[in-house]
Amino acid sequence: MDMNSFSPMMPTSPLSMINQIKFEDEPDLKDLFITVDEPESHVTTIETFITYRIITKTSRGEFDSSEFEVRRRYQDFLWLKGKLEEAHPTLIIPPLPEKFIVKGMVERFNDDFIETRRKALHKFLNRIADHPTLTFNEDFKVFLTAQAWELSSHKKQGPGLLSRMGQTVRAVALSMRGVKSRPEEFMEMNNFIEVFSQKINLIDKISQRIYKEEREYSDEMKEYGPIHILWSASEEDLVDTLKGIASCIDKCSKATEKRMCGLSEALLPVVHEYVLYSEMLMGVMKRRDQIQAELDSKVEALTYKKADTDLLTEEIGKLEDKVECANNALKADWERWRHNMQNDIKSAFTDMAEENIQYYEQIRNRGLEKSNSLYDLT
Amino acid sequence: MEQAPPDLERQWQPAPLEPLGHADAGLQAAVGEEAEGSRDEVPGDGTMTENNFGLKKIEISVSEAEKRTGRNAMNMQETYTAYLIETRSVEHTDGQSVLTDSLWRRYSEFELLRNYLLVYYPHIVVPPLPEKRAEFVWHKLSADNMDPDFVERRRIGLENFLLRVASHPILCRDKIFYLFLTQEGNWKETVNETGFQLKADSRLKALNATFRVKNPDKRFTELKHYSDELQSVISHLLRVRARVADRLYGVYKVHGNYGRVFSEWSAIEKEMGDGLQSAGHHMDVYASSIDDILEDEEHYADQLKEYLFYAEALRAVCRKHELMQYDLEMAAQDLASKKQQCEELATGTVRTFSLKGMTTKLFGQETPEQREARIKVLEEQINEGEQQLKSKNLEGREFKFGPMLRNALARCNPVK
Repeated sequence: MDMNSFSPMMPTSPLSMINQIKFEDEPDLKDLFITVDEPESHVTTIETFITYRIITKTSRGEFDSSEFEVRRRYQDFLWLKGKLEEAHPTLIIPPLPEKFIVKGMVERFNDDFIETRRKALHKFLNRIADHPTLTFNEDFKVFLTAQAWELSSHKKQGPGLLSRMGQTVRAVALSMRGVKSRPEEFMEMNNFIEVFSQKINLIDKISQRIYKEEREYSDEMKEYGPIHILWSASEEDLVDTLKGIASCIDKCSKATEKRMCGLSEALLPVVHEYVLYSEMLMGVMKRRDQIQAELDSKVEALTYKKADTDLLTEEIGKLEDKVECANNALKADWERWRHNMQNDIKSAFTDMAEENIQYYEQIRNRGLEKSNSLYDLT
Repeated sequence: MEQAPPDLERQWQPAPLEPLGHADAGLQAAVGEEAEGSRDEVPGDGTMTENNFGLKKIEISVSEAEKRTGRNAMNMQETYTAYLIETRSVEHTDGQSVLTDSLWRRYSEFELLRNYLLVYYPHIVVPPLPEKRAEFVWHKLSADNMDPDFVERRRIGLENFLLRVASHPILCRDKIFYLFLTQEGNWKETVNETGFQLKADSRLKALNATFRVKNPDKRFTELKHYSDELQSVISHLLRVRARVADRLYGVYKVHGNYGRVFSEWSAIEKEMGDGLQSAGHHMDVYASSIDDILEDEEHYADQLKEYLFYAEALRAVCRKHELMQYDLEMAAQDLASKKQQCEELATGTVRTFSLKGMTTKLFGQETPEQREARIKVLEEQINEGEQQLKSKNLEGREFKFGPMLRNALARCNPVK
């Protein structure tokens, strides 16, 4: 099991859950621990797909047991996300890794792709677990605990595909309207989201480009070192010096590889997650606007007395509540998201900076070693 | 070998044997050394009698570079760089130096000097000049000869060249070299008047020509191999180094892109704003730091290039030796066959097939007077040939490999 910085320590017993690492902003006791691991390939006559093992340990009363182990595939995750969005349209649902990677940064598509996806799915579930509202969502519980057949039958409940499609068409029309009557604070929020989205996308591209350049630099260094060894074969006096240079270059190359590793583990996944988050945020804004628009259209109807006024007034009352709920939910979640984002970005870049400091210290030490040995020669 | 189209008469005459080195300058000094076994100066045409020109007496520096415009040979306007050469002679016992001369020279004049030295001292590994055009360039470095960094590195290279020539026991005594440092006007004419370009063996220019030598000198074969290996490994090294520099440049510069983005992002953040601004600024500094780092590395590359050119110069010496050896063998062969002919004529026996034998049979034997005359001519030629052979052998012995290159490499400077 991969114990990276994103996974909470797996307790072996409910009692040991008391001593836990602080995860995100939850100061209270964590009582739900999830890991995603062991990707497995399944081949049927129709298709081939990968499932991931999900282990849940919990002390919560509403769970029938304290430990669960299930297997889920990507489709199941998509389903869960859809349900959460439906139930909480103006909450910031954590992002899922993409279905396909068109221009991936990984060289060998399969193993690295699966590993990257596994890590992202692990993050996804843990973020939900840490969210004050989402963590108690019923579908989430089913996702974590139900056996395969149970999940299938559970999925079949709820609004059918056609009705969901009908909603989408209406939604688009409404969102346009909602934009116009957006309150000030949400205008600010929207502005932030737009700028943030643009910047984080750029950072994503830049970071990937840096990775690529470092890779090419490391490759050239691998060729650079051995030439010195070749040279030392024809120079008796300089054998030690040249071999020394070659070994220094070799160490530099290894240090670069380590730096690249740090980049791809500490920084790139975080940045990429927030790219997806920014898309998510735009969706949330839209949904909020839609809810607002629903209210506005009813209010307008009332003004022009287009239908039964009593019915309308009642509906308007409900919608006003709905809007207020949605707005408050979003506002609260927004603050939380901002706070987490800052922490995540800060630690990602700090980790990166640490890696770089180590890298340069190593290089400098090699350089000093090398020039000392050269001075000995002269 | 350059020969006129063969005809009957010509066949009896030896092919013209061209001495490769100017008899007086290099050889005399060398002969002098051989005889005396010391490094005292020998008076002669090509040596300095007035001034003792060893390094201990003269300081040379290429102190400045200046852009100039002028008209070239085709009367078109051109821009070039001129370099100021200052020489100081340390005359007084208390070590005070007095400015003796200063003049301006451009790169092409350095080239002319070097080409002259190459022709007149074929047995010496003449120090190399800095490169004519920027090679092993990575993408940022301009291949522009007017680029100030390039000019500065060239200035250093030219200074090293002059210092090395001045510290060479034989080269430092050359009059043309002395005039290069002291006589600004008319120097070019003086060099050209020596007629060295005519003496330059055009065969050397034919890089692909091979001269099959029967008894190659083992030392020179080894030297040739060594210089080939050295050239090949250094070229490879320089090529890869250029690629490494290019990649490293890329890494740094891409980080610079962070700068602008962080800065723009900081505008929408409250608590994180200052942090982002500062991070952005540092990214900019980081990205621009690579320029100085790589410029420093160019000096290292320059030293590698110097050894590359030295290897080329060494190869050239080996080649000249090869050519000379070839000429020697040809001359010896020729001499042997002349002696044989002479003998045959004298004894009247014809052991080998010859055209003369044929014509004798066809047209009757020649008169004794004719024969005498012919024998005399042959004997003269034999004498000449033996003389030439002697001088070539002497020259050959002068092709000592100077310890310079090995020492130069042992002084290999610390790099990074």
